[in-house]
Formats: sequence, structure tokens, C-alpha cells
Amino acid sequence: MAIIEVRDVGKRYGPRVAVDSVSFDVAEGEIFGVLGPNGAGKTTTVECVAGLRTPDRGEVSVLGRRPADVRAAIGVQLQASELPERIRVSEALELFSSFYPNPVDWSERLGLTSHLRSEFGRLSGGLKQRLSIALALIGSPKVAILDELTTGLDPQARRDTWSVIEDVRAAGVTILLVTHFMEEAERLCDRVAVFREGRVVALDTPSALVSKVGGATRVRFVPSAALDVPALERLPEVSSVTSEGDQVVVSGSEDLLHAVTSFLARRQVVAHRLRVDQVSLDDAYVELTGGS
Amino acid sequence: MLKIVEIEARLFLRDRLNSLFAVLFPSLLLLLLGAVPVLRTPDDVFGGQRFIDTYVSALIVFTLAFIGLQRVPTVVATYREKGVLRRLATTPMHPARLLAGQMIVNLVAAVVSVLLTVFVGFAVFGIDLPHHPLGLALAVLLGGAGTFGLGLVIAALAPNARAAGGWATAVFMLLMFFGGVYLPRFLLPSVFETISVFLPPGSLAVQEAWLGTAPDWRHLLVMGVISLVAGTVAAKTFRWE
Repeated sequence: MAIIEVRDVGKRYGPRVAVDSVSFDVAEGEIFGVLGPNGAGKTTTVECVAGLRTPDRGEVSVLGRRPADVRAAIGVQLQASELPERIRVSEALELFSSFYPNPVDWSERLGLTSHLRSEFGRLSGGLKQRLSIALALIGSPKVAILDELTTGLDPQARRDTWSVIEDVRAAGVTILLVTHFMEEAERLCDRVAVFREGRVVALDTPSALVSKVGGATRVRFVPSAALDVPALERLPEVSSVTSEGDQVVVSGSEDLLHAVTSFLARRQVVAHRLRVDQVSLDDAYVELTGGS
Repeated sequence: MLKIVEIEARLFLRDRLNSLFAVLFPSLLLLLLGAVPVLRTPDDVFGGQRFIDTYVSALIVFTLAFIGLQRVPTVVATYREKGVLRRLATTPMHPARLLAGQMIVNLVAAVVSVLLTVFVGFAVFGIDLPHHPLGLALAVLLGGAGTFGLGLVIAALAPNARAAGGWATAVFMLLMFFGGVYLPRFLLPSVFETISVFLPPGSLAVQEAWLGTAPDWRHLLVMGVISLVAGTVAAKTFRWE
């Protein structure tokens, strides 16, 4: 059952079209990723889902209602949104607790307990982010909207945050996650929507997106002798062969490595500096969003 | 809502420099001025009163203008700029409540400051207790609403917190001048007196309520109208982000 429904939503600011036409559904319990370059309409779209903006066109519903009518069921962590400089962590938690009927304290799980007396303005970026997540979850929401929550965190803090997100989902919360990090999307998201110029250009599981973009595997090596490229290209597992300097790059299906090494062995060519790359969501993303 | 007021009050007190200044400065200034013998001796120059008697309204003008124009616009504009209001907009609590809490705390601070000034004046220099307490209460409340209203209009129209601070300081200086803080009002040309009737917080009404017989109700009405107009303009033009 879809807990979030976005139907043909459009939003413009003056002459600038922020969101052209976006539709997607998020199922209950899902972690749904929203990817795309800056200015692709991600934030505007999730702000419509959060009930912060009203779309010019189209419909958004959360739990079957207008987002503005179910604010207590939606927890939001916003990009570039702060608290008063001098408010203490404990005060922020108290304040936000007072807004909801059944507040839940995430401060321990988020490692905030030793910082309760610290003022917001003195917290590190990571701690601010963690407090922001705690505040988003304080009302025990059914849906959590997290906008670039790990941007600006160091790798360890990012991994810690990911495990928190997994816990949150395990608690039955549906998550709409805006992110710039493909690794994050690959690790956390059940499905992702890739945005480009105000539209959804692809929507699928991370692995399906990768295979759609073609060539699951890539093998690179420097051959010890000249290579019969056309013969290599004729192998069923190979989809393309290119060269980068003295390096040969072969793309193809998952069984590519075996095919290429036996091919080379038959011709007694040694593959120096052999490397195998898995095509990642990163590559798929670049391809989908029209990067170089 | 109580929680909001409580937290806003804690934040107000935590900002010691500003809160102490707003609450204590008028009393301190009165003590300093009163320490000068010539200023606490009745003289014809002061209409047979002592200088400090003629200056009580200026002390209240200072408090109301300081809180209304040095605190209100910067805090509100900063809350908007930092996304605090936007953040609250995602909760079931409307961000207007935060602004309301902020106004309540500021108003309480202003009232405490006025009461303290009345007390210090009475206890130390024998300045009469307000002759018309209800009139003084009305003059302070309406005058406060007027300066807070102006502060909110500035917060609504200024593009960012820095600009809000700058504009508000200019208006603050102007109100202080017309309110007789820099130069006692009897030194100002009478046309200024007329202008000051129309400028919050309405120093003449305060002076008349405290040491005269009663404030001119028309002056209070003017303040009421100004507060309403300023409040409406602020509400109509306010941007939450």
C-alpha cells in the first residue's frame, strides 16, 4: 500500500520551473531514495511531501491525506535549517517533545546524551545533524523525510547515521531520503528515483538501475602483446572494447572476467595490471543525469 | 505554548548582555543622573521640577525602544534566516507561536524594567509613584505594542538579519531622539513634541500618566492605531523563510 503518493506534481518559482512533472509512490516501510544533481527539483518535491509547499499542479498525499493535515505523522529533517544559537540540546528536545502527543527520545540511540547541556551553536556539524534527526523522529512519525542528512559528516559519522536509519526503518517508519551519495543510496534504499530537470528520469531498485544502464562489469588491463580487438569484441560476454592509452577497457556481462582471461590465455597474452570494476550506481547516475 | 515561552525566556536570560541592558539600564541611568546634585534639585528651568522628574518618560522610552527595535527585529529575522521558522513549520506547531512566545517574553522584560525604574525612582529619589497607574500601564502596553510592531515590520521587510539590525538601529535612534532620551524634551522645539506624540512609544503619554494627572486618551488612541497598523502590515508582509 502506498503511504506517500505524488501525482504529476509541478512547481515553479516565478519564471523558473523547479519541478516540471513528478510522480511516484512510496510503499509503507520502504526507504525511498531521491537522487539528482542540484537544482533538479529534489528538495522542492520533498518539501511538497512535507507540507511545507503547495504544488502549483498535481496531488500529494501522505497516509491518504493532505500533508498539511498530518504534520504530526511526518518527521522532517531539513537541509539548512537551524535552531537558535544558544538553545541547549536538552531544551530543543523538550521544546519539540511538547509539540507531539507521544514523544520518543532518540537522544541515547543517537549518542546525544553526553551533549545535552551543550548549546546548539557550539555543536559540531555531525552533532547538529544527529540532533536534527532526533528532532525529526521525536513525534514517532509514520513517515520520515531526511534531506541530505549525511552531507558534511565524516565517513565514520556517516556510517553511524546509516545504521540509525536502518534502525528507524526496522521500527516501521517509511523513509524518504534525499541524497547526493550513491554509496548511501545503494546501501540503504529499496528504490530510488533519479531526478533531472524537474522530472523523474528513472525509478527502480539500485541494482536494476545499474543493469539498465548496461554492462555490469568492466575489466581493465595492459596487454603484454598486441590484441586482436575484433575477435575480443565477438565474444558473447563482451559488449564493448575501448582503449585508454596502453590500457584496454572491456565492458560486458557478469561473466566477463572469465571470458576475457581465457581469451587472453588462448593467445598467450598476459594481462598486466588487471583490474575488475563493478559498474556502480555512481556510473548509472552519471549516465542517467546526463553528466559527462 | 507554555514550553515555548519557557524556552524563549531561558534564551532571553542567557543572552545576558542584552537582557541585563534592557532590564537594568534605565534604573542605572536614573541612579547615575540622580547622583548629580543639580539634576535632583528643583529648578525653574525644569518647570519647577527636578530634572530627573522630567526624565522618567525618557527612561521608559529607552526600554521600550531598545527591546522593540534592538531585540525583536534581529531575533525574528535571525529565526527566519537560520530556518528556525521553516523547521517549526514542519511540526504540528505553527511558527507564529514561536513569535508570540518571543513577544510575551519581551513584553514581560519591558514591564519588569518599568517596575524596577518606578521602584528605584521612588525608593532612592522620592520620585512620585505613578499618579495614574492605569494610564501608565496603558501607555506602556500600547507604546510597547507600537515599538514591537515597528520592530516586526522591519523584520518582515528586511531582506536579512543584518539589514534588519541596521534599519532597526536607525529607527531606534530616531525614536530615542524624539522620545527625549538624548536631549530632554523641554529643550526640543515644540513641533518635535507634536511629532513625538505620533511616534511610539509615546513619551508624552507616559510622562503625563506618571507625574501629570492622566495621559491624554487621544495620545493613547494614536499609539493603539499605530500598533494595529504596524501589526497588520507585519502580518501581511511577513515571510516565513
